[in-house]
Amino acid sequence: MCLALPARVVAVKDGALATVDLGGVRKEVSVALVPEAVVGDYVIVHVGHAIGILDADEAQRTLALFAEIAAVADAAVADPPRMPA
Amino acid sequence: MSGKRDYQRPLDWKRGRIDLNHGAGGRASAQLVSELFAAEFDNEYLHQGNDGAALPAPPELAAGGRLVMATDAHVVSPLFFPGGDLGCLAVHGTVNDVAMLGARPLWLAASFILEEGFALADLKRIVQSMAAAARAAGVAIVTGDTKVVEQGKGDGCFVATTGVGVLPRGRDIGGARARPGDVLLLSGTVGEHGVAVLSQRASLAFETAIVSDTAALHDLVAAMLAAAAEGSVHVLRDPTRGGLATTLNEIAQQSGVGIDLDETAIPVLPQVEAACELLGLDPLYMANEGKLVAAVAPEAAAAVLAAMRRHPQGAQAARIGVVQADPHRFVQMRTRLGGRRIVDWLAGEPLPRIC
Amino acid sequence: MKYVDEFRDGELARGIAARIAAELRPDRRYSFMEFCGGHTHAISRYGVADLLPPALRMIHGPGCPVCVLPIGRIDQAIGLALDRGAIVCTYGDTLRVPASPAAGPQASRGQGESLSLMKAKARGADIRMVYSAADALAIARAHPQREVVFFAIGFETTTPPTALVIEQAAREGLANFSVLCCHVLTPSAITHILESAEVRELGTVPIDGFIGPAHVSIVIGSAPYEHFAEEYRKPVVIAGFEPLDVMQAILMLVRQVNAGRCEVENQFTRAVTRAGNLAAQAAVARVFELRERFEWRGLGEVPYSALRIRAEYARLDAERRFGLDYRLVPDHKQCECGAILRGVKRPTDCKLFATVCTPEHPMGSCMVSSEGACAAHYSYGRWRDFPVRVEASAA
Repeated sequence: MCLALPARVVAVKDGALATVDLGGVRKEVSVALVPEAVVGDYVIVHVGHAIGILDADEAQRTLALFAEIAAVADAAVADPPRMPA
Repeated sequence: MSGKRDYQRPLDWKRGRIDLNHGAGGRASAQLVSELFAAEFDNEYLHQGNDGAALPAPPELAAGGRLVMATDAHVVSPLFFPGGDLGCLAVHGTVNDVAMLGARPLWLAASFILEEGFALADLKRIVQSMAAAARAAGVAIVTGDTKVVEQGKGDGCFVATTGVGVLPRGRDIGGARARPGDVLLLSGTVGEHGVAVLSQRASLAFETAIVSDTAALHDLVAAMLAAAAEGSVHVLRDPTRGGLATTLNEIAQQSGVGIDLDETAIPVLPQVEAACELLGLDPLYMANEGKLVAAVAPEAAAAVLAAMRRHPQGAQAARIGVVQADPHRFVQMRTRLGGRRIVDWLAGEPLPRIC
Repeated sequence: MKYVDEFRDGELARGIAARIAAELRPDRRYSFMEFCGGHTHAISRYGVADLLPPALRMIHGPGCPVCVLPIGRIDQAIGLALDRGAIVCTYGDTLRVPASPAAGPQASRGQGESLSLMKAKARGADIRMVYSAADALAIARAHPQREVVFFAIGFETTTPPTALVIEQAAREGLANFSVLCCHVLTPSAITHILESAEVRELGTVPIDGFIGPAHVSIVIGSAPYEHFAEEYRKPVVIAGFEPLDVMQAILMLVRQVNAGRCEVENQFTRAVTRAGNLAAQAAVARVFELRERFEWRGLGEVPYSALRIRAEYARLDAERRFGLDYRLVPDHKQCECGAILRGVKRPTDCKLFATVCTPEHPMGSCMVSSEGACAAHYSYGRWRDFPVRVEASAA
């Protein structure tokens, strides 16, 4: 039960509800579990609830780390073979 | 002239509803046919008022061509969705089935199964949409039927359409004709119809600007076939229920071949991608109603692709993969990550993952 | 999609893969267990295994809550719908899990087609798929004269939403709503695997480290895993949900193993903290308590591994409300789901795999959920099982 996606909060409403936007698709979700979420935050949404707030700085740091790891490595892994011959 | 026709109260398009009389074959039925179907579909065959249509033989037949027939039932819910409705879907679906054989679509028949209580206003909307779609596609709806079922026994309105078209002599396009080496071309972005319909299901409650891609494709097909030597286009198919993945598996199965796809080459609108992520669905398995996939001889692929891109319905056409020899008939795909997976048959109704 | 697409970049993936290959010690093999159904799915769906060196093997652990849901619990849910006329609301994944054959004069143990919630629906049971627990509540409000039961499954990520819904129902005084609680706990399952004979004594399943679940960890934090790292001397790296996250976590595990470290590391720093989501944990603590034991499909009885609704919400507990019994129902004799869930066998080791047992006709839970090891292998990877000669293609 792990499908969860980072979506941007575009509006916070009464009753611990918020409208979030993922790639242009909007949905209403509960923010009861992340009461501190504000417009502009990215929240992780699972079964109609935001369960956590994404730390944008950490996200950038992680991406930078990927790039660093990838750059240090030499030539890319060779294309994996097709249906074995 | 013997006298005035009996007065018949006109149908109440604003508040009227279908009742069992409309399907009984009597005056009410006849009125429905003349005031709605014949009026909107408006062609000489319907105005003749017979139960069938006597149609002239198209010229291709005399030159050794063949007739094509296709049929489809349309049970979409909701009846009206962003970008279309049951009516135009019913026309496009069958026109496309005919076109996928490489045939010129000529005539349609339409059967309506209406539920008692169905609003006449909705029926009129659907019929007008069908009429417009048929006119745009250059086909006439020449005969039809109407039945009414009791309330609770039908989902408002079901429509079944049958289409007739004609093939020029020698043309033989079909799912069994793919050969190793053929190039696979897709006419545009996938998943929109499926997402547009789902977005209307109240239980899902998501908002999106995605509209159904429902469209008649016979003109695009004609442009593709004209772009290369006769016999270069081996397979044409529109990926409706089950999406692109299912269609490619069908072709692989029928032709006894394998397929190799490049995930990064398959065009998907960002919003479709996002909606599918949100729902736990895969765009490759979502229905399309205005797209086609073609298997084309490699030497003709570039010309056919260029012709697609020049056509309004093929602006985002792409080369998505190749056909290869494979006794197991797998549809393989190189993922955007560079790994490999198969794109399998759909297992039952696509149940959205929560995980 | 921001914060999604960047974590799926093919170029970066190949770069990280090369790094992993470069850092493997040539004198040993590496086996890591991923414990989150979402990770299993991501690995299969993107073909991550193709980018990993052959000396590194990923073992799919019991991280799919649908897969570990025992037949007896699904029977309870079906019974509520078919026999008690309740509207049973469930997440989509659960609908196709095969359970016991229908009760009746013709059916006896081992005979008759096994029912699933979906098949029960075809027989007239009122079973509705929901995307969130709140949907079930809405159905209860809309049908005050019918009993509505929410079949609550899932690990710690899914539990807080259920807790909120129970509190909400209690506040509203909803008289027709209850929850059949089958929420299970991640750390207990990991312990159980580590305590199993195959891992502890026999060494038949060498596990060098764990990839910790992504979203469970958002809720429970990284602290609960520190116990495993210490007690069992196994490194744990909590990984984000996207394929690049998984690959980076694998690299971190390789480095720990090479250096002889057994620590809890957090790769998913953008969403996971050591403490986790306190509001979510508090909601769960208010509504649920630990069960002494709970049967997991494939793992048998696992102590302190699942939750039950607290006594003050007894009215909302479907087990108490309907006086439900739990009956243990064994799997098909040849079904290897249990061994597969523990990582002892692979899908292809099961005689039923891809013959009798397919996604269309699943015999066991590993095939039902798209995250189950068997379904994932069947749907994405079974082409690797066939040694085939590809003829030279035309053109």
